[in-house]
Amino acid sequence: MKLSVWTYEGPPHVGAMRVATAMKGLHYVLHAPQGDTYADLLFTMIERRDHRPPVTYTTFQARDLGSDTATLFKDAARDAYERFQPDAMIVGASCTAELIQDDPGGLAETMGLSCPVIPLELPSYQRKENFGADETFFQIVRHLTRPAEQVPMTCNILGPTAMGFRHRDDVTEIRKMLEGLGLTVNIVAPLGATPADIARLPEAAFNVLLYPETGEAAARWLERSHGQPYTRTVPMGVGATRDFIAEIAEITGKTLTLDETNLRMPWWSRSVDSTYLTGKRVFLFGDGSHVIAAARIACDEMGFEVAGMGCYNRELARAVRAAAKDYGVTALITDDYLEVEAEIERLAPEMILGTQMERHIGKRLGIPCAVISAPVHVQDFPARYSPVMGIEGANVIFDTWIHPLVMGLEEHLLTMFREDFEFHDAAGPSHHGHGASRSESTAQDNPAYADPGAAAAPRTPAGDPSMGSLDGPVLEWLEEAERELKKVPFFVRGKARRNTEAFATERGLTEISRDTLYEAKAHYAR
Amino acid sequence: MTDLAPPPAAGCRGAPVLKERGQREVFCGLTGIVWLHRKMQDAFFLVVGSRTCAHLLQSAAGVMIFAEPRFGTAILEETDLAGLADAHEELDREVSRLLSRRPDIRQLFLVGSCPSEVIKLDLARAAERLSEIHAPRVRVLNFSGSGIETTFTQGEDACLASMVPVLPETQSRELLVAGALPDVVEDQMLELLEALGISPVRTLPARRANLDPSVGPNTLFALTQPFLGDTHAALTRRGARHIEAPMPFGDEGTTAWLAAIAREFGVTAERFEAVTSAPRARARKAIAQASEPLKGKRVFFMPDSQLEVPLARFLTRECGMEAVEVGSPFLHDAIVGPDLDLLPAGPQISEGQDVDLQLDRVRAAKPDLTVCGLGLANPLEAEGLTTKWAIELVFTPVHFYEQAGDLVSLFARPLRRKARLHLASNMLGGLGADSPQPAP
Repeated sequence: MKLSVWTYEGPPHVGAMRVATAMKGLHYVLHAPQGDTYADLLFTMIERRDHRPPVTYTTFQARDLGSDTATLFKDAARDAYERFQPDAMIVGASCTAELIQDDPGGLAETMGLSCPVIPLELPSYQRKENFGADETFFQIVRHLTRPAEQVPMTCNILGPTAMGFRHRDDVTEIRKMLEGLGLTVNIVAPLGATPADIARLPEAAFNVLLYPETGEAAARWLERSHGQPYTRTVPMGVGATRDFIAEIAEITGKTLTLDETNLRMPWWSRSVDSTYLTGKRVFLFGDGSHVIAAARIACDEMGFEVAGMGCYNRELARAVRAAAKDYGVTALITDDYLEVEAEIERLAPEMILGTQMERHIGKRLGIPCAVISAPVHVQDFPARYSPVMGIEGANVIFDTWIHPLVMGLEEHLLTMFREDFEFHDAAGPSHHGHGASRSESTAQDNPAYADPGAAAAPRTPAGDPSMGSLDGPVLEWLEEAERELKKVPFFVRGKARRNTEAFATERGLTEISRDTLYEAKAHYAR
Repeated sequence: MTDLAPPPAAGCRGAPVLKERGQREVFCGLTGIVWLHRKMQDAFFLVVGSRTCAHLLQSAAGVMIFAEPRFGTAILEETDLAGLADAHEELDREVSRLLSRRPDIRQLFLVGSCPSEVIKLDLARAAERLSEIHAPRVRVLNFSGSGIETTFTQGEDACLASMVPVLPETQSRELLVAGALPDVVEDQMLELLEALGISPVRTLPARRANLDPSVGPNTLFALTQPFLGDTHAALTRRGARHIEAPMPFGDEGTTAWLAAIAREFGVTAERFEAVTSAPRARARKAIAQASEPLKGKRVFFMPDSQLEVPLARFLTRECGMEAVEVGSPFLHDAIVGPDLDLLPAGPQISEGQDVDLQLDRVRAAKPDLTVCGLGLANPLEAEGLTTKWAIELVFTPVHFYEQAGDLVSLFARPLRRKARLHLASNMLGGLGADSPQPAP
């Protein structure tokens, strides 16, 4: 039993729904109680889908438990088949139905439905959403593919699902890129694929695995059973996109030249306005694939410093640990939101690259955040074209990541005119309107940094381990130091305060004077 | 005492009810935690369930992620399913850890879920045991919000009903009002009742555990929500008597609700008039202003919160709409009877749901407005139907006079929006998430 407040992943049957909803001509009969239908709104509200997910819930009630829930399942499956006439069906149980052990797969098999029925075994009390999607797609592929002759210079794109982070646009971008290289995309799956399309997967010469989280089991099986190699590099960022092309060149044995005409990201990053990005300490968290790719971009392409990184899906733990080692940090592998929050508070990064969860943490702590990974919210499904993969993806990432930050020229002006009324401390980045929270005010709201004697604000995340710092020696800011601190531009003041306090604590000081402030500044200069 | 419009010649009480069972497109009772935890400021709701429960709460409460939540899910794992004794030990450990981390918590609700009910994890026993351990600081109660037993708002009913047996006893003749209302609305209600000379008035749930109402054989109680069937029964068992009335929505509902209470407490017609005339006039004006887009329009209620019957009464009697079908998960005659009396005969009253069959009826009826859950709203809009998400009716302050205009607006806005948008296209549906497959 584990207490959970917010979760990064839903249960495995929601993963199966992501596959079913992405596909066409497939129907999912889910043995589940009333209430599990909440999952429909993920797709219709968050992703703004204009169709109901193709899912029939058997909706058993307490009074059915003693009698015949198996008949209820069979009736629901038959009704669903007659009403929706799918080309194939997947059947399975949600967490509660798993406990009553009706065996939906076995039941469906006895019904003699005239379409392929694929049983799913998704252990709800052990695994989670990504596993559910990966396993479901794999089972569909395993059941429906037919042997075929491979056509040279063709590939499939594997992994995109419904409710995926930017999957819609990534697929468009990568397809365009592959076609520009003279390749033909045979099938994209599961997103947009029919069961008949799945049958034709083996016709491609190789597979492009865009999303290891949801497509790796299928890719491995296709490699083993149909001799289709698959790409390992996720083409996110400039370097990774080039590596991805190199990988395909090796698979196909052709020389491939990527058209980089529209790649603006490298110059945008090299141009002098971006100097202010140098060495910004970022914390990365999300699904393993996106975090590994984002860390490389952060380090090599934006000039940030990776202060910490981690992922919530244990399936990718090993890869994330290895990547973290390259950046000299220890990976945080957890699906406990409070642990992530504590780690962010401890590291006090200047920016977070995370999920919607970290965006909320950032909001609370006054740290800018850009979203790089699922779990997603409605704003992660923009109307405009905004991939994060390939050439345009690199451009989009540059824009998205710097958006929460104060821009270079603006930072410069703020320093010059900080006494000016228009550039007063609380103004925040000019493109964010009023009320953008700054780290300084949050630092003061946080009891851990509160001035001695001042009443501690009640804001405390549950189980916040940083509260322990209250037990440490109390630091007093002398008035001259406080005055001097106010002269530091607001967007770095929080950091200056934290650095100075850390510096003072390390040296066992109890008072912070003007000199302490500048000694700390010299100590942390870089 | 009031100058309300006369009831219709034939109402809907006793009209044939279409009872259906099949797939239900509704939330389970756990969802109530989303508003209950905001209302009861020293309570923590600990769901004992699965990852699905946690995911549901998060999805339903998505907008409230900013708040420090006073709810969580103790997620059952493989080992908990293997041995129930261990599950109890695990639960004790999680509760101790939680309560030591949250010294502000005075009442803890252990909330049963589908999995905990199926494995027969005895949360009543656990609550008793934990109460002994953590008394007097924390009171531990339990109720079920499971989808196999409760539909959406029934979760609140189960929660309030669980509190009734532990409320202190009283012999006083007092008014108790049950139903979780936003504080601002509750304050308006209390001011109205106080102005009528009815005092003291107790509320269930109270905002804090130490403000719990007392109850006894001389207690009179009124309900502000139509879904409180179990709470009604539990209060009746304590000897309290229910004051039957339409639900306090709009001018008519609020006035009739207040009048029913006023009669019990011997309030004079003059005083009633003096207290209600000004807010009534405001409510009427607000309704008149906001209801123009609704006049003559046809509304279809899918079952959701059990608010459907009272709201249909409000829309037909006060806003000039015509009801096509009024679906409700359950019909408690003793509670919605007065609203059914006032709802003019005509609409199909339905109880329960088979969503695909009901959607067939929606498509055939082509109503001007369909009130439905979030899972159905966008798909129906894409088919050209105009919808109102039902969940907003539960999350938004809509009771009593001062909110009457807001309540109309919730229904009018989708129609006003439809009239305002000029996005002519031969394509009704969205361009949402599809489809990366090449054109053949």
